[in-house]
Amino acid sequence: MTDLVMPPVLLGPLLPTLLVLGAGALVLLLDLSPRPQGKEVLGAVALAGIVGALLATLARWGKSGRAFHDMVVLDNFALFVNVVICYAAALSLLLSVDYVRRSRAESGEYYALVLFTTAGMMLLAAAGDLVVLFLALELMSLSLYVLAGLFTQALASSEASMKYFILGAFASSFMLYGIALTYGATGTTNLDRIAAAVAGRSHDPLFVIGMGLLLVGFGFKTSSVPFHMWVPDVYQGAPTCVTALIATGSKAAAFGALIRVLTVALRGAQPDWTALLWIVAVLTMTVGNVAAIAQSNLKRMLAYSSIAHAGYMLVGLVAGGMSGGGSVLFYLLTYTFTTAGAFGVVTLCERARAEAVEVGDYAGLAERHPVLAAALALFLLSLIGVPPLAGFVGKFYVFGAAVRAGYLWLTVVAVLNSALAAYYYLRVVVYMYMRQPEGAPVTYAPSLAGALALVVALVGIVALGVVPAPFVDLAQAAVAPLVR
Amino acid sequence: MSTVWFIPTLPLAGALVNILLGDRIGRRAHWVAVPTVAGSFLAACAVFTRAWDGGSFTSRLFPWIVAGRFEAWVVAFVDPLTCVMLLVVTGVGALIHLYSVGYMHGDPGYARYFAYLNLFVFSMTMLVIAGDFLLLYVFWEAVGLCSYLLIGFWYTRPAATQAGKKAFIVNRVGDFGFGLGVMWLWTVLGTLEYGAVFKGAETLAPATATGIALLLFMGACGKSAQLPLHTWLPDAMEGPTPVSALIHAATMVTAGVYMVARSHALFERSGTALEVVLWVGTATALFAATVGLVQPDIKRVLAYSTVSQLGYMFAAIGLGAYAAAIFHLVTHAFFKALLFLGAGSVIHGLGGEQDLRKMGGLSSRMMTTTITTTVGGLGLAGVPGLAGFFSKDEILAAAFHSGHLVVWGLLLLGAFLTAFYTSRLLFLAFYSDPRMSREAAHHVHESPSVMTLPLWVLAVLTVVAGLAVGIPSERGTRLARFLEPVFPLHGESPDGSIAYTLLILSVIVVAAGFAVAWFVYLASPVRADTIGRPRTAFGALLLNAYYVDRLYDAIIVRPLFGLATFLAERFDLGGIDRAVNGLGAAVVGWAAATRRLQTGYVVNYALTMLAGAVLVVAFLLSR
Repeated sequence: MTDLVMPPVLLGPLLPTLLVLGAGALVLLLDLSPRPQGKEVLGAVALAGIVGALLATLARWGKSGRAFHDMVVLDNFALFVNVVICYAAALSLLLSVDYVRRSRAESGEYYALVLFTTAGMMLLAAAGDLVVLFLALELMSLSLYVLAGLFTQALASSEASMKYFILGAFASSFMLYGIALTYGATGTTNLDRIAAAVAGRSHDPLFVIGMGLLLVGFGFKTSSVPFHMWVPDVYQGAPTCVTALIATGSKAAAFGALIRVLTVALRGAQPDWTALLWIVAVLTMTVGNVAAIAQSNLKRMLAYSSIAHAGYMLVGLVAGGMSGGGSVLFYLLTYTFTTAGAFGVVTLCERARAEAVEVGDYAGLAERHPVLAAALALFLLSLIGVPPLAGFVGKFYVFGAAVRAGYLWLTVVAVLNSALAAYYYLRVVVYMYMRQPEGAPVTYAPSLAGALALVVALVGIVALGVVPAPFVDLAQAAVAPLVR
Repeated sequence: MSTVWFIPTLPLAGALVNILLGDRIGRRAHWVAVPTVAGSFLAACAVFTRAWDGGSFTSRLFPWIVAGRFEAWVVAFVDPLTCVMLLVVTGVGALIHLYSVGYMHGDPGYARYFAYLNLFVFSMTMLVIAGDFLLLYVFWEAVGLCSYLLIGFWYTRPAATQAGKKAFIVNRVGDFGFGLGVMWLWTVLGTLEYGAVFKGAETLAPATATGIALLLFMGACGKSAQLPLHTWLPDAMEGPTPVSALIHAATMVTAGVYMVARSHALFERSGTALEVVLWVGTATALFAATVGLVQPDIKRVLAYSTVSQLGYMFAAIGLGAYAAAIFHLVTHAFFKALLFLGAGSVIHGLGGEQDLRKMGGLSSRMMTTTITTTVGGLGLAGVPGLAGFFSKDEILAAAFHSGHLVVWGLLLLGAFLTAFYTSRLLFLAFYSDPRMSREAAHHVHESPSVMTLPLWVLAVLTVVAGLAVGIPSERGTRLARFLEPVFPLHGESPDGSIAYTLLILSVIVVAAGFAVAWFVYLASPVRADTIGRPRTAFGALLLNAYYVDRLYDAIIVRPLFGLATFLAERFDLGGIDRAVNGLGAAVVGWAAATRRLQTGYVVNYALTMLAGAVLVVAFLLSR
């Protein structure tokens, strides 16, 4: 029996996470203060926490840090994912402020939970050990389960929360089982040491089953087919600003962790998981896009669209290497701005005192609210992948990486899928610009913060689309230490 | 920024003003168009003084396309050859702009006309100053576009729109080759800038050089109407006559000559390519001259004459006599523009009549036009002392001295034919008895001075150009010496006595052509119904330009059209559209089906996940 040695406590690499957690605690404290005050203060504190984390992340760029026996690895890769997460959380917060108040669901817990889930996401991207990874995953997920059920009055919201929780727990158990089996096969939960232990014997059945179950867990979080069925129900039922966070932040964190696990711990089994992901990617893209065609609810359609986009990112993972991994990171960035923007427009549109979520609600929007309609049209065009918007460049680099890695057919499927996707995105544009509204018109719920979020997202998709090169270089540099 | 950029930007500004504000400017459009081109000419003169001593310079404006290893700049390259071209384009261009003020007077599309014409001068000058093959290619297409727009300027006439389309399409055939040539160049040399390309040309394998050079020459054949892509130029006469003078005689059609001369390093590397250029040029020179013998339309005679003279220029290039080719290009620009403008003046005076059968006797009514056009005709025929005499003689001498005696013989025969059809044109239009109706004769009038002034200027140029720069000496003509930095002079001047013999021979040939035409068309009164009516099978062959159009129609146009009709009506509608619509319907159906899979029951979802997990593990274990 070896002596337990307490690792030195190095909080530096945890700084961004700690800032977010601290802000969360502060929000809870302020909420308890006896003096009645506007909830906007809480929102501002939460936003300040995220911005602080973003600044801390940017300040640490290039300075790789490891802490707690390599359990936390804050390298450039984690930092890049952190940036994406911070943007996602910030946009979501900006969209929340007025939306939550309008829905009479505003509370101190809301902002605290957003911050906690964000902390979970950031930790997930920096996890260097399967145990930390699981902890971070649960921190992120548990907060999201509660957030999804924020509209306690609405049946759909509670249902979404319940489904998300049950299926999420189910997925977590798969993952935990996978972690246990991997530990059994290799004797360690550290990603680097797993790779070393597996080297040369990647066909050990115990390890293979462990890897499979780990991937099942990730499949759930990244909404890959066939672990995607929760997505439409949850995205539809959850408050839209929470949906935006689930669709962007949690997905970015999950992809970040997945890339790290695949390229570090499971490096030895690359041919195996590549073959698996090839199939999953094709299924995910195709099911997502085809099912999206049949949707009449905008949030549900965007849910399927986010499944399809997960499929495109899996294409980048299959391509592998620096260009593949880098392209996925860059894609996450473009996807976050675009999707958060699209959901943002939904939060701002009301019809008859309720959220406007049916595609038909958007008929004639261009005439009544030309700016809003133009913004949504741009986000949808970016989702299709029309140059010069961010979505195009994201797809360009992912597909380019796949072609260069020799996955021609996969790319063909992906491109055909992108073509298919144009149908349902453009249908919304057609409704906005070429149809006359029926019934009560959609009104715009004025929100300064929401408008700011849309402006940030718009600037993001145009800037990333017009000058992508520096960001792509950063993304590739971030992946470089992992793939070596 | 160098002065050279003023040359294209001035006409561009003029074009933009007339396009955007044409409705308001209307009748005053020439106050915008003419000064911009005149300013362009002054700028060209200024640039010319800089290159006077044979120097050259490069001026980079901005990087245009930078993508990976590929880099293209908007870059100008100016050397003596550029200067000569610039002076011709802007000088003749300015005169023709001035002439158009009278010719197009009262046309409903007055501002549009000048906008296009300015746009053409912009494109053409850019083509000439471009220092990079890609930029050259872009403006090569741009002049083609202007040509198309101006041929079809009177777009309500079906013949004009047809001719515009034909010009564009036939040019595309050549440009396809040109484009391939440019790409090939980049592939083997990794650059498209003139300096680097011509330096790199020496390192090319001769076979590669042949391929590239022939592809480039394909483009030149299209633009300069050489066999077998010549068919568009005679039809292009549907455009306004000043357009024919500027674009289809003096400048644009010589772009091919300029390009090949500019790329002579590539062509010389190949050898075969030069031989091809020589023979295509010679064949075209003779072919077009024979067709020109019998055409009844005054502009078509001139059009075939242009094709023929361009053939002379290419023959000169094929012989390696680049300076002679450029010399002929310059003199041809003067006298052919003059002839076209003279013909335009005749057409103007006759109220739109261009049929030689209905002319005659104009010398008494249109004094200025008669004198100037005659000077132009004599210049074209090669009467001693005039510009065409010197330049054509340079080419003939080059053929003789380089030992290509067959080519020399054919070109000499061409000179005879040229003298004949030119004299025929002059006799039928001006000197024979009037054949128009009494009503038409009554209205004949001399053109206004805004039109006759350019005629006089061009006539003077036709008289002096040869004497000024074209007198042969021990070390070539003055122009050849000016162009020496571009086209190195090689070999010593041939023996004087041979030169005189050749000279006398060509004078005799020209005199013979003149005499035959005099005998046929002037010595006895001409009957209108005998002109343009074939009496022999050979005559019919010539009148129909060897039936080339009908041949192309039968073997290319009709089969293609049939195929296109089949593809559009059967294959596309019945095949592709049905397949696409079917696929769309299938996907929507499939989507509806997947919607049913999404039951909403958590148990179903969990079971799906479980099944998925089993499949994932089974897949991984099976590997």
